[in-house]
Amino acid sequence: MNRLLIRGARLLDPASGLDTTGDLLVEGERIAAVGGDLSVAARDAEAVMADGLCLAPGLVDMRVQLREPGAEHLESIESGGRAAAAGGVTTMVALPNTDPPVDDVSVVEFLARRAREARLAKVHTYAAATKGLKGHELTEMGLLAANGALGFTDGVKAVADALVMRRVLAYARSFDLLVLQHPEEPSLARAGEVNEGEIATRLGLAGITPMAELIMVERDLRLVEITSARYHAAHLSTAAAIAAIRQAKAQGLPVTCDTAPPYFVLNQTAIGDYRTFAKLSPPLRSEWDRRAVIEGLRDGTIDAIASDHAPWDQDSKRLPFSSAAYGIVGLETLLALSLELFHNRHLGLLDVVRLMTVNPARILRLPVGRLAVGAPADLVLFDPDFSWQICPDAFLSKSKNAPFDDRPVRGRVQLTIVDGRTIFGHPG
Amino acid sequence: MHEGAAEARFPHRHLLGIEGLSPDDINQFLDLADGYVELNRQAEKKRSLLRGRTIINCFFESSTRTRTSFELAGKRLGGDVINMSVPASSMVKGETLIDTAMTLNAMHPDVLVVRHPESGAVHLLSEKVDCAVVNAGDGSHEHPTQALLDALTIRRRKGRLGGLTVAICGDILHSRVARSNIALLNTMGARVRVVAPRTLLPAEIERLGVEVFHDMARGLADVDIVMMLRLQSERMYGSFVPSTREYFHFFGLDYDKLRAAKPDALIMHPGPMNRGVEIGSEIADDIDRSLIRSQVEMGVAVRMACLEILTRDLGNGTPLP
Repeated sequence: MNRLLIRGARLLDPASGLDTTGDLLVEGERIAAVGGDLSVAARDAEAVMADGLCLAPGLVDMRVQLREPGAEHLESIESGGRAAAAGGVTTMVALPNTDPPVDDVSVVEFLARRAREARLAKVHTYAAATKGLKGHELTEMGLLAANGALGFTDGVKAVADALVMRRVLAYARSFDLLVLQHPEEPSLARAGEVNEGEIATRLGLAGITPMAELIMVERDLRLVEITSARYHAAHLSTAAAIAAIRQAKAQGLPVTCDTAPPYFVLNQTAIGDYRTFAKLSPPLRSEWDRRAVIEGLRDGTIDAIASDHAPWDQDSKRLPFSSAAYGIVGLETLLALSLELFHNRHLGLLDVVRLMTVNPARILRLPVGRLAVGAPADLVLFDPDFSWQICPDAFLSKSKNAPFDDRPVRGRVQLTIVDGRTIFGHPG
Repeated sequence: MHEGAAEARFPHRHLLGIEGLSPDDINQFLDLADGYVELNRQAEKKRSLLRGRTIINCFFESSTRTRTSFELAGKRLGGDVINMSVPASSMVKGETLIDTAMTLNAMHPDVLVVRHPESGAVHLLSEKVDCAVVNAGDGSHEHPTQALLDALTIRRRKGRLGGLTVAICGDILHSRVARSNIALLNTMGARVRVVAPRTLLPAEIERLGVEVFHDMARGLADVDIVMMLRLQSERMYGSFVPSTREYFHFFGLDYDKLRAAKPDALIMHPGPMNRGVEIGSEIADDIDRSLIRSQVEMGVAVRMACLEILTRDLGNGTPLP
């Protein structure tokens, strides 16, 4: 059995609150011992000297698009897996908006097989909440879940019809399944492409009111109230919607939510002179909303940070603004951008790690995201202070669409381990 | 070249919008255009200033008057003008916009005059070419030569722009003419009002430096200039106003509503007009009050000035990248 000893690391385990210097021993695919000096007990193990770098559970990215099947020229399970490894992500969950969409058991099985073959980050998938992501008929949620689908969502589209959403939630509740929503009222958003306000008006672009997010979240919360289903709102971007979730949690509803780094490191001014690389759905919001996202992360209203990885080629982005695709790639910048919360003194290091490990793992009910004896040896070793500049051209992802060219960041992944296997080691 | 304009320098390579131009920049266009107005009224209108220069009118959205105006402007200055119509429907994706830009660029034009249905498209195209680019209207963003010709029209009748009060009325939401005019009039020290139902006003329009009214009687009170906008039914996503009948009743310009304005207030419209929708027929044709035909005349002169200014500093050849 392979034995790996990581020596002298700053061990970070948000689940137990552990933040101490010590060793960690991996035996086979699992963590065998955590903490203290293990050099005697494991003297025959292969040793890695961590020299005080941070060793945390591998990141759990609960929202990515991998474009396979159907658009492998943009990303694939393998290229996405390499990007994840470079970003310290050991588990990721793909959205079902592929071609064909993940609305059938065979596609779930296909993805599982491709991920096994790639042997990189672990890949799970959500399945469509409605057949063909069309928003009308329920998918075989029970069978899909039994075959590995971790939750149900129509991906980058909201389930718009309130009655359909009610049935999705009610049916999901029967099997205790998770439902995830792209929280944006489509009728208020369909003509728009940027946040409504002065910038949209000056640029002559159609605006999307921040209320489009609140209205969908509020509607869904009322439906959760009558169905008691487990509900997760994705990539929250507005102060108002975060406040609504905060209130729902206080009320005891089974709701969770996440956000993505662009919503706490950028605001709407990033679109500047029609910068399509900063075109996102939901759109980048006001500075006031950005601060509210940080506050939501601080007070625990927002449970998780996901990359919202959305690969697009240059041809999909180098277009007039309203024709350009929505979204940016995020797997390789998830950790460094999230660590800005730590370096800017908004959150402690353990809290930042928590948002990308044990918290999403709990929402997804996956046995990962912790440094515990017997847990899967999914690990990331990173230097939280290493300074570098983001260079999208150097991404391992097939797509390079990110508005972060030359942004100085701190925090670099040194080593990524999945089930005891090293899947990434920084060359430097 | 005209005397007096020779030493002035326009500090931009392109004319993409009014936003970002200084009062001096704007006056350069207007002063030069003033001279071209006189030239255009003579029998011999031809100049050789642009001899050897190639101007391509590249219209991704249909237009008759703006394209004709630019074509005349280029020809009167002795340039070779080529018209290219690329209907938006044949452009499945704007990907071909960059392709088109590259193709045109390889033909060594000196000026590209571009109209496109999407905001920001002309800006994108300008980044890919070596020649000067004139924005002839991009989506709901800007239409700078329209604002310049409006300013010239006003200046010639009123003698100034600063201190005047101008009401821009109608479909502000979809109007590039409104955005360019708001920027220009504010830069030149005029006071700008917008008058429209709330469904036709973009969010936070007041941040652009305008007073907002939803009532014609109050919005037109004591104004010097009333600028009517076309109700752009072809751009509407859904229903922004209940009917043209109701729209004319509350927001269409007639003599009754005009009574609130100053007695010598003048009427403008960028055309083409929807008679009986945003403007009454009689008022549109009232030679004492309406500047609408004068606007068309000023258009050619302003575009001549624009072509002259943008080609002034061009070298004798532009290298391929």
